Amino acid sequence: MSQAVTPHPQETVRQILQRYDRDPGELLQLLVEIQHTFHYVPEEAVSLLADHLRVTRAHVRGLVGFYSFLSDTFLGDYVIYISDNITDRMLGNQDMAKYLCSRLGVKLGKVRSDGRVSVQYTSCTGMCDQGPAALVNGMPVTRLSRERVDRMVEFITARTPVTAWPEEFFQVEDNFRRSDVLFRRAFDPGTALKAAMLRGGDETLKEIQFEEAVDPASGIAWKRGADETLKEMYRSDLRGRGGAGFKAAIKWETCRDISAPERYVVCNADEGEPGTFKDRVLLSSYADMVFEGMTVCAYVVGAGRGILYIRQEYWYLKTHLEAVLARRREAGLLGKNILGTGYAFDIAIHWGAGAYICGMESAMIESIEGKRGKPRKRWPLPVVAGVEKRPTVVNNVETFAAAAMVALKGGVWFAGHGTMHSTGTKLFCVSGDCERPGIYEYPFGVSIREILRDCGGLDARAVQVSGPSGTTITRPEFDRVLAYEDLATVGTFMVFNHERDMFEVVQNFTHFFQHESCGLCTPCRVGTSLLANLVDKVAAGKGSPLDLEEVQKISQLMKTTAHCGLGQTAPNHLIDSLVKFRGDWEKRMMVTGFVPAFDLDASLEEARQLTGRDDVAAHL
Amino acid sequence: MCPDSIKTFFLDGREIPFREGQSVFDAAMTAGAFIPHLCHNPDYEPHSSCRLCTVIVNGRPFASCTQPAVAGQMVQSDTPELREMRRVLTQMLFVEGNHYCPSCEKSGNCKLQATAYDLGLQDNHFPQFFPKRELDASHAEIILDRDRCILCGLCVRVSRDVDKKSVFAMTGRGIHTVIVVDSPSGLLKDSKVTAQDEAVQHCPVGALLLKGKGFDVPIGERIYDKAPIAEDSVAKFQAREAHIHG
Repeated sequence: MSQAVTPHPQETVRQILQRYDRDPGELLQLLVEIQHTFHYVPEEAVSLLADHLRVTRAHVRGLVGFYSFLSDTFLGDYVIYISDNITDRMLGNQDMAKYLCSRLGVKLGKVRSDGRVSVQYTSCTGMCDQGPAALVNGMPVTRLSRERVDRMVEFITARTPVTAWPEEFFQVEDNFRRSDVLFRRAFDPGTALKAAMLRGGDETLKEIQFEEAVDPASGIAWKRGADETLKEMYRSDLRGRGGAGFKAAIKWETCRDISAPERYVVCNADEGEPGTFKDRVLLSSYADMVFEGMTVCAYVVGAGRGILYIRQEYWYLKTHLEAVLARRREAGLLGKNILGTGYAFDIAIHWGAGAYICGMESAMIESIEGKRGKPRKRWPLPVVAGVEKRPTVVNNVETFAAAAMVALKGGVWFAGHGTMHSTGTKLFCVSGDCERPGIYEYPFGVSIREILRDCGGLDARAVQVSGPSGTTITRPEFDRVLAYEDLATVGTFMVFNHERDMFEVVQNFTHFFQHESCGLCTPCRVGTSLLANLVDKVAAGKGSPLDLEEVQKISQLMKTTAHCGLGQTAPNHLIDSLVKFRGDWEKRMMVTGFVPAFDLDASLEEARQLTGRDDVAAHL
Repeated sequence: MCPDSIKTFFLDGREIPFREGQSVFDAAMTAGAFIPHLCHNPDYEPHSSCRLCTVIVNGRPFASCTQPAVAGQMVQSDTPELREMRRVLTQMLFVEGNHYCPSCEKSGNCKLQATAYDLGLQDNHFPQFFPKRELDASHAEIILDRDRCILCGLCVRVSRDVDKKSVFAMTGRGIHTVIVVDSPSGLLKDSKVTAQDEAVQHCPVGALLLKGKGFDVPIGERIYDKAPIAEDSVAKFQAREAHIHG
């Protein structure tokens, strides 16, 4: 039965609303659930939500219009998104999309007239090592092939619910190819937290029962453990793994030292940078370690509330993550009385809904509060006034996992790995033209060449380090090292071989940023569109040297004047490409000098449609 | 030189006094130094979205409307590079919407137009986007012409914080961002807005207009016919400061 014809959605919406507090902060979570239920947000739901949460309808509509995975029109019984990262393209996602659409009889971006299915592109879904990938009703389908598409079409035609599709369709591999000191073995839940609480005690203390040692009444270890663990964090010199590399200990101490009735610990699992998928693997196989790192942080800073903000693309991990949290509560590692110490901390999961900007910490906090993911003003920093204006530590998934190991093994141990200014190890997400794509753990300081050798990518022409917002590295630079001393990175490592046209890479990235700009500030909102139009003009063979200057000028303007990191880094790949792969641009330019962007023939299209003509005489 | 008890910073080589908690922008304007801006109105919370007020503070760019003044900092604002960037930002605003000054009722009272004159804009430079945006003329007294909107968010802020009605919000994302109206139909006529609302008075462009007031003030006698925006805005800012802080 098509859900498009659900006659009275009110009753179902009311049932959903009953399960949520009348807290405006729940708006996005409610919209996500409603979208999953109806495959759109019905108009009736907008009014009910507004009344239930005491917000305006315009506010609700504002969210529906902002997040990519929310829609105010019905998207079909089967909602298919094709991942459109450059790595998916290199694996043939465009052919797959075309084939799927033709088999289904649906136009890309439209819903089939019977309301059965829609197919559209989406930004990178984090399956770059096993693409081309898609999402079908929220579930990831990896390794798309013609055979797989044929079977999908059969199931859709037969109205087989996605829950009854073969499991192999949805199989997501870890592809953990190389582990080093942090992820060599499975993590034993509770060990890091206990170590943190006992930290600084003498050896005899460790011999006695843990419960006695941290008894709040005796006060032996309680406060000291937190202070000593913070010292270990300083000794570790652990820097944030989200890319910016801010020292975690400084953030934690700042948060701890601000007087406030409540504090938050937020784990950033938005992982929207195309080509990045380490957080997916950590949350699949090391969730305990991540949650334990958050709990250690909460213990150090004195936070009672934790939030895992995770991107919608990883919805398939929901049951698993909730089970891990439930198990930790049962084991006394979360909840009102952690390990019998009387200390209370718990973690809630907040789902994103398709917005790269929400990986930026202040935009994420807005999203957690149930708003459009718009970055906040620069000051105050989230660590001073974050979620609900409370001091908030926001760290990346990998940072918390590393923090758990610092708590367990100490800062000196941690700092013994990596380089002087980039301690510990780093996960790299290797994808693109190589024999063994997947996750690689290396101590900081590893060279590009070493990773290429290990992953079987020595034919590389270029490597995009840190995603589209990062740096393009060419062959003569392959001895450069991944560390804050040289190339800072979130861990994204996309390989392009000699067959690849680097202009196509640029075109994919440029459109990604145009799609993901939040629209707040002028330079990013307009600049990303101007850049996409200019790149498309060059792609159409109509580029002139003036256009390349124009790209430079807009890029520079965005770097200087954009409000947040998204707009400031969005042109990085263009600036690199124009220097390092100018030939790939120039071979497309048919003329030199000025060529107008205005296309006289294209502008006649409306007239052609109105008159129903498409003959030769109707074209210039 | 200012007395030692007064804190100051340097703006384009000039010493600017400031009060604790004042932004670079507010301090500069109080001291008579104009910084071009569109989304900021000192009576309301800053938004730092138009980015025209970007200045270089100790070598790094910041929006001056949200950047706190700090004693001794070196600020650059009136440089050829920044003037050029402001010019380009203004051109961007012109091409992303549909702005036709000669036929616009706001002409002469429009901050976008006046700022373009101030920055010496000769043309829009970039190809026009010609977006298709909905016009809302449903209300008896107010018109919302989204074609002329520059997304400064003033109506959103003022309706929320001053009128306490939250009539306006934004939806869409990126280049598709638009103003939405809070009412069941999404139309102004079904909303709580009135012609007396503060939110309707502060639109810097012609996106929110009062009907029936069209040419009450003739062309030639309008705000920026009398004084360029740099002069007018500094004078108003200083008058406001004098009124509030004596």
